[in-house]
Amino acid sequence: MNTRKCCAFVLVLLLLFPVAVLAQDDATDEAMDEVQMGAWETCETPDNLPEEINLGVIYSLSGPISVYGGPQQQAVQLALEEINGSAYLGEGTTLTAIFEDSAGDAEQAINAMTKLVEEDGVVAVLGPTLSTEAFSADPIAQENGTPVMGTSNTAIGITDMGDFVFRDSLPEASVIPGTIAQSVEILGLERVGVLYGDDDDFTLSGYDVFIEALDENGIEIVGEETFSREDVDFSAQLTNLLNNDPDALIVSALSAEAVQIIIQARDLGFEGAIIGGNGFNSPDTIEQTGEASEGVIVGAAWNVASTNPYSEAYETAYEEAYGNAPDQFATQAYTGAWLFATAIRCANSAERSDIRDALAAITDLETPLGTFSFSETRDPIHDPVVQIVQDGAFAVLGAEDMEESE
Amino acid sequence: MESIFLQQTVNAILLGAIYALFALGYALVFSVLGVLNLAHSAIFMWGAFIGLLAVEQWQLPPLLALLLGALGGGLLSVLLEFIAFRPLRRRNAARISQLISSIGASILLVNIAQLLFQQIYNRTEAYYPLDLVLFPGMSTETIVLDDIGLRIQPIRIVILVIALVTMVLLQYMVTRTQIGQHMRAVAFSERIASLLGIPVSRIFVLTFFLAGIFGGMAGMLYGVAFRKVDPFIGENVALVGLTAIVLGGMGSIQGAVLGGFIVAALQTISIAAGGSSYSNAIVFVLLFVVLLVRPQGLLGQPENTRA
Repeated sequence: MNTRKCCAFVLVLLLLFPVAVLAQDDATDEAMDEVQMGAWETCETPDNLPEEINLGVIYSLSGPISVYGGPQQQAVQLALEEINGSAYLGEGTTLTAIFEDSAGDAEQAINAMTKLVEEDGVVAVLGPTLSTEAFSADPIAQENGTPVMGTSNTAIGITDMGDFVFRDSLPEASVIPGTIAQSVEILGLERVGVLYGDDDDFTLSGYDVFIEALDENGIEIVGEETFSREDVDFSAQLTNLLNNDPDALIVSALSAEAVQIIIQARDLGFEGAIIGGNGFNSPDTIEQTGEASEGVIVGAAWNVASTNPYSEAYETAYEEAYGNAPDQFATQAYTGAWLFATAIRCANSAERSDIRDALAAITDLETPLGTFSFSETRDPIHDPVVQIVQDGAFAVLGAEDMEESE
Repeated sequence: MESIFLQQTVNAILLGAIYALFALGYALVFSVLGVLNLAHSAIFMWGAFIGLLAVEQWQLPPLLALLLGALGGGLLSVLLEFIAFRPLRRRNAARISQLISSIGASILLVNIAQLLFQQIYNRTEAYYPLDLVLFPGMSTETIVLDDIGLRIQPIRIVILVIALVTMVLLQYMVTRTQIGQHMRAVAFSERIASLLGIPVSRIFVLTFFLAGIFGGMAGMLYGVAFRKVDPFIGENVALVGLTAIVLGGMGSIQGAVLGGFIVAALQTISIAAGGSSYSNAIVFVLLFVVLLVRPQGLLGQPENTRA
């Protein structure tokens, strides 16, 4: 009897949990920005749209991955306010987001996707946050002919799932080779140690691309070590790697682990470059590692230091609305919402297949990420940036050298 | 080669100290109640969280923050006893329902922390300041012993010392003081203890309070050492802590500490030997073997001779 009551209590708690998380994100904010309005206009104002169009959004809003999912949700809210505020879809048409929490969990992402696509009848879906979640949930959207756009999925094979699966997040495969090539050229690397998370699709595929790029550049790998998600002590792995005296450390990790790895590598006396993938590309990486971050190199789709006017306008609006600087994942989420809005606008239709076709046709759209197009495989095409931390801030790697040579 | 061995040994000892400190609280509650308090990891997290708020939001000196983190852990733990354990015990509920109740409490505590994190930091993680030192005059600089190729962060030595001192004090209290006698009597049989005039309820409260203090303190120290705090930092340590107390002997104080060090040593050895992918697998294989071969743990006594 008591056991039963107790179980019921636990169950109730479990059920209340997502509600509590969802209830708190009351959309802030006034931030409307003139620069955005019109900047996205590639098609005539539509006249054929219903009053309300529902967009499904799946992000990790609770659990450790909410570090990414939270800002992503905020960015989408900001984009929708701007889209609706500027009557981007025509007077009288409102684009509304239905947010679902995937909690970094593949099962939960599947449930969320099923609900949005089959019950809520959304026209398209943004998310989910993790590549791992996308691999589980996106096939449902594909089967139902609903366009889905990953805004932070960078693993290999995401868009292979079908012709309704898009992403605006530059895959590691597009960023890392350039990062390695430039680092090798500018820093003259010869021997590197590799550290990566072996229980996550994102860090694993980052690892694969790193290895391939290192191989192409003829770099010797003097050691490889792994860790698990949520690990905090990397001393043992780093001690092993550093014992082989590498010129640089190559790290494929999410941002939470990246901070610890950088600090602990420096604590163990390593002074060389630490080269990371997308996971390193967060304001936290510098802020939370202090001096240890000097010499950290990150290739990324976007950086807060970008001088692109669309990026600057967005950044200002985001900071005004939420009080802190956006990270790359928020920017990609923001851009994703605008891309869908643009597809709806250009399709002049709220039909899923029309939106898909219009989305696939987007080329040379000015966005905060740069001049943006979708490739034939529905992957993003735009220029990445390779940055190095100098004097406590991200700078473009080799910028001075390049200016000189020009 | 020599120096890497030494460095890895030091790495293992320092990691073990954190595990041990956490496992102490686990072991204490188990030894008296015979029930695993799975919310202990949430207490751990709250200790780190309260400590963080104290230094970062309220600008208190770190030592005071440590005290607050420990006290906060203790009070939360007592609250758990009143809400999650006592009502069930009163009704003679099965131990499994107390276990489940502690899981529920743990989820609740983590969720509350998550909401607060969102409120305060607008996200679910936060960091202890980079230049935080526990004692005035203590250095954040890594101690470098180049002759023998060794590098140690001062904070980790502090944690090691605190873990060992705590263990000795706790062991002394349990074996040599009247309160310890009472605890052991309650552990042996609640009923007999109450017949002997021992204030059983008070002993329970005290046990939870002490366990919470260790949990909170461990959390705060962990936060200072690794800097990042989020509502989920307890989860990782919870599994390791569980392994540590099973290894060392459920309810044995030295056992918990020994177990913590063994788990850390194993993880480090497996990484040093080149199998970093298997470091957790090796720990759990060991757990499995111990349960098969010596279920009472390394320092535990068989059930019928306990207390």
